[in-house]
Amino acid sequence: MSTAVAISHPASEEWRQPSRGIVGMACLIAAESAIFIIFVVAYIFYLGKSLSGPTPREVLDLPILSTICLLSSSITVHFAVHELRAGRIGRSSSWLAATVLLGSIFIAGTAREWHELIYRHGLTIRTNLFGTTFYSLVGLHASHVIAGLIMLSIALIFSLMGKVNSSHAGRLEVLSIYWHFVDAVWVVVFTVVYVLGR
Amino acid sequence: MATHTPATSIAAHPALRQRGRALDVLYDWITTVDHKKIGLMYIGYALIFLVIAGIEALLMRVQLAVPNNTFVSPQTFNRLFTMHGTTMVFFVGMPILFGFGNYLIPLMIGARDMAFPRLNAFSFWISAFGGVLLYFSYFAGSGLYGAGTAPDVGWFAYAPLTARVFSPGHSTDYWTLSVLLSGVGSIGTALNIVATTLSMRCPGMKLSRMPLLVWLYFVTSCIAFIAISPLTAAQIMLMIDRYLGGHFFDTQAGGSAVLWMHFFWIFGHPEVYILVLPAFAFANEIIPVFSRKAIFGYPAMVAATVAIGFISMGVWAHHMFTVGLGPGANAFFTLATMVIAVPTGIKIFNWLATLWGGSIHFTTPMIFAIGFLFQFLIAGLTGVMLAASPFDWQLGNSYFVVAHFHYVLVGAILFMIFSAFYYWYPKMTGRMMSEKLGKWHFWLLVIGFHLTFDFMHIPGILGMPRRIYTYEADRGWAIWNMIVSSGAIFQTIATLIFVYNLVWSFFKGPKAGADPWDAWTLEWSTTSPPPSYNFARTPTVESRRPLWDLKHPEDPDTNYE
Repeated sequence: MSTAVAISHPASEEWRQPSRGIVGMACLIAAESAIFIIFVVAYIFYLGKSLSGPTPREVLDLPILSTICLLSSSITVHFAVHELRAGRIGRSSSWLAATVLLGSIFIAGTAREWHELIYRHGLTIRTNLFGTTFYSLVGLHASHVIAGLIMLSIALIFSLMGKVNSSHAGRLEVLSIYWHFVDAVWVVVFTVVYVLGR
Repeated sequence: MATHTPATSIAAHPALRQRGRALDVLYDWITTVDHKKIGLMYIGYALIFLVIAGIEALLMRVQLAVPNNTFVSPQTFNRLFTMHGTTMVFFVGMPILFGFGNYLIPLMIGARDMAFPRLNAFSFWISAFGGVLLYFSYFAGSGLYGAGTAPDVGWFAYAPLTARVFSPGHSTDYWTLSVLLSGVGSIGTALNIVATTLSMRCPGMKLSRMPLLVWLYFVTSCIAFIAISPLTAAQIMLMIDRYLGGHFFDTQAGGSAVLWMHFFWIFGHPEVYILVLPAFAFANEIIPVFSRKAIFGYPAMVAATVAIGFISMGVWAHHMFTVGLGPGANAFFTLATMVIAVPTGIKIFNWLATLWGGSIHFTTPMIFAIGFLFQFLIAGLTGVMLAASPFDWQLGNSYFVVAHFHYVLVGAILFMIFSAFYYWYPKMTGRMMSEKLGKWHFWLLVIGFHLTFDFMHIPGILGMPRRIYTYEADRGWAIWNMIVSSGAIFQTIATLIFVYNLVWSFFKGPKAGADPWDAWTLEWSTTSPPPSYNFARTPTVESRRPLWDLKHPEDPDTNYE
């Protein structure tokens, strides 16, 4: 065969495939989950193995307010997508703004906690194994929250500038899946670090 | 039913702008998001690193050819084996396989590009930057004040050797960062391959009709998410230890060196399957075409691949039998490792059944594929031997292990990569590679490969440990090392012939046409090389072999699937 051939049949049935954005985000979440699992394993493996203090029981408090804020931001971002799909841009922007606000409160809570740990309890990343594993695990999660906040803020700015319409709902949904993932990771981190690890 | 559209209708599209100046061409390649160009850049970049890492291997073989040699210093030798291993795994194996995947997957599923073209370009450039960073350590490894020095901690960089106290300077950090960047690029490409496979197929291309190559790349990419990310995590921990004073792998502060081994091999063993599954993928396409038969047992092949994917996640600690894991873990990892021989065996039997009764054409791609079958079998058998933990205690960290994994990496994977080059080169360039030079390449490589790696098992059994820079004359290893090193000469000549063939055929090779092998998958339905949009009209398929249906409308595959 030396000539090129192009083959084409009339499609007999409707041809449907999953959205590439959602598939791509699912893949990213799979890869990120593996990273988090390794850090969680390291945290659990080194529980109680520090050669010096302070210990988690001495210095850690339950971050109740932060947790409530972060978990409820999953609901607000869901409503933002829902309203955008229905074409109600103004309401969608309000829900996005609420999400950014709640996420920022969480980050502020982490900042306050770290400030207290460093300056009052003298716990830094080099103090002991607890410090090393705590700051890296919680910091890894916090950096994901910050990345999500940056992306949500960009979406909010575009929305306020009137550049967003209901055809962008699919994209905002991909972002919301990331945000749900960040929340789900916090449930694991909270359970391991603040409940079981104390 | 099929409607023929001759190639001239494709050529009727406006011709590409003439690009006379070299800068324009360069600009075009640097800014491209076309999956074919990115695929070719991956392959070209991997070939450059293949030559570099090959030269490093040659230097080591010269050093080890005779006892008490002083050709290179012990320090240089440590750097050579570290750079050879890291380069071959991260900057030859991964990019060359991702390159072929990038090039072939959209063509095989009737798509015009990958799902995320810009992410594709980002993944390539970040991986390429990682490779450059690794070699930049030769100039800047000791920082501004000292001369350059490459990483010398071995490709698996066991703790606590990587601690700041034992590895001062920045060479280890160059290793960490380059591997980290390569990991980011690999995750990006794997994500792209999965999204392309699931969301970009042409109408009628159900999952059960996809070419096996696409299936295997899909499974490989899924393994990559779970396998490469732990390495990324471990490298972040190592950076925290080295730069922020953390204690993850600091045994002085209660940290564990064994934890690094676990994290590394949770990546390290699935990595072998990330490298070997694409080689299987090439075999799945090439063996049927040159046996003139459809692949035997398509569903069994898919199932075996998925099974390998799952089992490969549970075998990592067979790299750590000598640590002393205890009887429970030893038994588990011995059994899990042996179980993986079952799906792999299914594959070998399916390939044999495809050959059986076929009208076999001994072209260059086919003889490489047959070489792969035999050599992969032997590599698998020594793998089963090493899986038995008592046997491993005897031979762990010896040249037997080195011989085993080079049998997989060279005898199986590299042979199949060469096979893929001869098979798809006509599609990529529009010209055939020289069959005569191809046969010379094959036979010299077979002789060199078996001289080197068959005989490398023996000094291992006689007790020669890996990573020693020289040995005493009275150990009885000298003759074997001389044979092993002499094989390297044949392999070098064979590789030079291959490189010459690549260049010569690009200018002087006979014109290939769209479908030189009378093959059956969609990439052969478009011109060679394909236009930037791949298909003028999106094809529709009704079976696993759309071109067979087109060429044999009286007996289409749809009757049998």
